[in-house]
Amino acid sequence: MSEVIVITSGKGGVGKTTTSANLGCGLAIQGKKVALVDADIGLRNLDVVMGLENRIVYDLVDVVEGNCRLKQALIKDKRYEGLFLLPAAQTRDKDAVSPEQMQKLCENLKEEGFDYILIDCPAGIEQGFKNAIAGADRAVVVTTPEVSAVRDADRIIGLLEANGLNNPTLIVNRLRIDLVKRGEMMNIEDVTEILAVDILGVVPDDETIVIATNKGEPAVSNEESRAGQAYRNIVRRIMGEDVPLMTFEEEPETFMDKLKKLFRR
Amino acid sequence: MDFFSFFKKKSAPPSGSVAKDRLKLVLVHDRVNCSSQVLEMLKTDIIKVISNYMEIDDEELDIQITQTESDDKNGTVPVLYANIPIKSMRKVNQD
Repeated sequence: MSEVIVITSGKGGVGKTTTSANLGCGLAIQGKKVALVDADIGLRNLDVVMGLENRIVYDLVDVVEGNCRLKQALIKDKRYEGLFLLPAAQTRDKDAVSPEQMQKLCENLKEEGFDYILIDCPAGIEQGFKNAIAGADRAVVVTTPEVSAVRDADRIIGLLEANGLNNPTLIVNRLRIDLVKRGEMMNIEDVTEILAVDILGVVPDDETIVIATNKGEPAVSNEESRAGQAYRNIVRRIMGEDVPLMTFEEEPETFMDKLKKLFRR
Repeated sequence: MDFFSFFKKKSAPPSGSVAKDRLKLVLVHDRVNCSSQVLEMLKTDIIKVISNYMEIDDEELDIQITQTESDDKNGTVPVLYANIPIKSMRKVNQD
């Protein structure tokens, strides 16, 4: 069975591309055949996050316009068997592709025998968004626990449902556990209560993501990385496993925390 | 009750809950897709119709879109809330 999942957010900079790269790699590590599609035409980035920027010959627009065959444009990942990237065109704009063409592309990718096809959606709610969701079977919404990102996520959830993509699931990215504990950041319950969707995963704010992105090696393969662990959990949930949400209790307690606990109630 | 909260200067709500409350309010308006202009037009129309039957207090009038628990407990639904103080009834010709 083959499934097309669009990764979207509305607001830019919340981690759609990082999430796409990590989930793609994570699914490939689990032995799945995965196609990562960068639908952000004109602002291609999934290639650098994956460390595959030097291997691009053809892109998504070339495939859609028939300049090459689909197989020619798919770049094989250098680390994981079964992982392929379809890069976005860099010198074109979002109008170069129509929703119907994207739908057809997704059908063709399904016929290629991919287990999962992940589409990295551009920010915004215009043409690029409409293209990215056109061929999707389900949607994952990425947000951070900030008012602007959550507001945009709410708008996106409404638009997804208006386009027949019901029950999108939510990834809360870049959660700052220290801030949440002090009450200076919305927690997971706050965000899920406001958006009224099911949670797919929580990714803590983690410097290993920055380091991994610098090197072009997604953090999901890093056993030490907490964000990597969070992505590994999400991968298993996507595959249908029931994995409990990460708990953040193992954060080291300071002396003051312990003292405060003594006096509570 | 946190023992240490006695020593804090004043108990302003933490910014996390401020964010949540502000978001809830903003989203009520976003979701119904109702601009303040439309709301103003609605308000004028409501006053016009009601004024045919009763004299109302324009100053104290309060019309807004908020949210309430839905009947099937599936979360919240938007409601049009109107608080319209009546000054007196008008004599209405009933034929």
